[in-house]
Amino acid sequence: MARVGVFICDCGVNIASTVDVPKVVEYAMTLQKVAIAKEYKYMCSDPGQNLILDTIKEYKLDRIVVSSCSPRMHELTFRICVNKGKINPYYFEMANIREQCSWVHQKDKEAATKKAMKLTEIAVAKVLRNEPLFPLYSPVIKRALVIGGGIAGIQASLDLGDAGHETVIVERESSIGGRMSQLDKTFPTLDCSQCILSPKMVAVAQNKNIKIYTYAEVEEVQGYVGNFTVKIRKKARYVDMVKCTGCGVCTQKCPAKTSSEFNEKTGDRKAIYTPFPQAVPNVPVIDKNNCIYFLKGKCKVCEKFCPSNAIIYNQEDEVVEEKFGAIVVATGIDIYDHSNYGEYGYGKYKNVLSGLQFERMVSSSGPTDGHILRPSDQEEPKDVVFIQCVGARDPSKGQDYCARVCCMWTAKQAILLKEHLPNSRAYIFYIDIRAFGKGYEEFVRRAQVDYQVTYLRGRVSRIYEKGKKLRVLGTDTLAGGQVEIDADMVILADAMVPKYDSVKVAQTLGIPYDTYRFFTELHPKLAPVETVTSGIFLAGACSGPKDIPDTVAQAGAAAAKVCALFSKDNIEIEPTIAQVNFSLCSGCETCKLVCPFNAIEMREREIRRGVKRSIANVIESVCRGCGTCVGSCYCKAIDLRGFRDKQIMAELEAVCIE
Amino acid sequence: MNNWEPNIVGFLCNWCSYAGADLTGLSRKEYPANIKIIKLPCTGRMDPMFIIEAFKLGADGVLVSGCHPGDCHYNKGNLYWQRRFLVVSELLNNFGIDKNRFFASWVSASEGVKFSEVVKNVTEKIRELGPLTK
Repeated sequence: MARVGVFICDCGVNIASTVDVPKVVEYAMTLQKVAIAKEYKYMCSDPGQNLILDTIKEYKLDRIVVSSCSPRMHELTFRICVNKGKINPYYFEMANIREQCSWVHQKDKEAATKKAMKLTEIAVAKVLRNEPLFPLYSPVIKRALVIGGGIAGIQASLDLGDAGHETVIVERESSIGGRMSQLDKTFPTLDCSQCILSPKMVAVAQNKNIKIYTYAEVEEVQGYVGNFTVKIRKKARYVDMVKCTGCGVCTQKCPAKTSSEFNEKTGDRKAIYTPFPQAVPNVPVIDKNNCIYFLKGKCKVCEKFCPSNAIIYNQEDEVVEEKFGAIVVATGIDIYDHSNYGEYGYGKYKNVLSGLQFERMVSSSGPTDGHILRPSDQEEPKDVVFIQCVGARDPSKGQDYCARVCCMWTAKQAILLKEHLPNSRAYIFYIDIRAFGKGYEEFVRRAQVDYQVTYLRGRVSRIYEKGKKLRVLGTDTLAGGQVEIDADMVILADAMVPKYDSVKVAQTLGIPYDTYRFFTELHPKLAPVETVTSGIFLAGACSGPKDIPDTVAQAGAAAAKVCALFSKDNIEIEPTIAQVNFSLCSGCETCKLVCPFNAIEMREREIRRGVKRSIANVIESVCRGCGTCVGSCYCKAIDLRGFRDKQIMAELEAVCIE
Repeated sequence: MNNWEPNIVGFLCNWCSYAGADLTGLSRKEYPANIKIIKLPCTGRMDPMFIIEAFKLGADGVLVSGCHPGDCHYNKGNLYWQRRFLVVSELLNNFGIDKNRFFASWVSASEGVKFSEVVKNVTEKIRELGPLTK
């Protein structure tokens, strides 16, 4: 005899102010097999859980329903609680009367109360058809994959490597380093970016636990937490990684030039190149699209001059398959494309630069050797205008979010300008100054007071060329009026946007992304580095704009999560997986065909004495419990534990029958 | 008949639409209380029988919502559902049920506002169609 206990939570006033909870309790008491129904202010709290435990004993309950928040919030909390009360954790159901009831029907209390009753009834109907389930265990492969070799990926790998775990970094470019390597100095300390980054890059290369695949991309991810199988494409770099000594003669002698991506197209690079001098590994790649040999079949200058015979023109892409227990995603960001802001004339006027282009210009290893020069005539600029929030906080461009770093980035660039050219004048157009970090507000104050940077609160409406200058039209909402500045250069503080192919990456990994295409955390506050796919973690700006300190902190957190996972030899996996009823299976193989995980194999089975047939069999460690096979079985021979036909039908009856 | 309220069943996948519906709550976007939600792991679990059974039991409308094509947590469960959906909506007419009572949508975990719009829209359409008569 099933004895169900129903516990209805007020959630403070979150539920109780909309739903008449005593009425729901009263209704629950009338439901079939319900032995007791109780109300409490905070069911998830310790006293709330103790109430559940005491009631289990007092009323000899064997199934529990909690009507409260979303199961995504507290299902696990209550499962553990129920288990403490010596009831199988799967003899438990939750009715979501907060997110899907009280919070969305605040204006109609009567309807909300009625719906809360119904949702509770549905949960009771389901729990009566539940069955005890026991966790499955699966071994953990203690190797980590880090996707992306920027500061986030570098930090996460170092932490993992130091903890003694074998780690592989997969980086798309020919060197690790990422966005941080493009920066000249970093706020608020004005440390040289390369100077603090390159020691870490070298440390990664020297760590015996870390393997780096540069010029490589993740192609396919299969498996689940503790046991991922990943296909990695190592693109042909046409240079032998072992033989090359990194002497750089090939780059020197190469006759083909093209614009450098690392320098944001403000300078040139050769067709055989390393993106920047401190590259790790210091092995060049041949850019096939610009190499004279690959285009015309003649040249081979690099091969001729290479002292170590490291050039291999017929090298091909190599796809390797490796196993990992956890994946850290640190794929980073792109910079907002200004061509959407026609009024700022980016691309049309030579002297309008993106923030990263300016960054390369100030950098002593950049195309101008660190001299700030007006691109149109290579003269030193006098008046420089910086515009913040380009592609950020601008709903008209679909970019509602704050890109977080631009206020500080612009202040830093204005300071760098004044340090390079003390006689120049810097103007910054801003909406608000968001200097939230440690030492940030003081840094902005320094820009304003010590460096005499002029801050103008307002947007720029238009920029046009007038003679050698750029006329910048904007507003100053504090002084109240129009501002016109004849500038020599305009720098746009571009917002951080997701990597151009973030959706593809998300789909490869099976993780969700938000409306802007940033990856979504499991919980924005309480699980900022986890994703809904267990075993896959996020680090850095791929989940939203972040500065370097936050990125490093998050990378460390992701590494710690991986270490926690690797501290166990076996991990529990959800037992809600598919199950075949052998006597009903016709062996049509439809389930095998539709299964996204190849979790179904056909197996010869004796169904009656002397009668053997090929029948579907679920490989338990591979099944992830999506139920696609169940939905497509013609014979109803396959069912999903936890979401069986009879359970869903019972829920359906509860909904439909008044 | 005057106090008739549409009774609508919503089947949502756990990873996208159910999370999207939670987000609707978190952002306090109101929608009519007529829909009652049943959680599935994936729309791939959707058995066409559930829909026919729902109408048989007297539901006035059915909504099935899952991850956008390509975003399925299980890679492609929603694509199998998409195929079944086309067949089921054609079949409904044979059962004497107006296929306009049956809705499908893609709502991601970040589309809380969209979910409330979808539910408003579904409820309004069912209200126009009136109760399902046997």
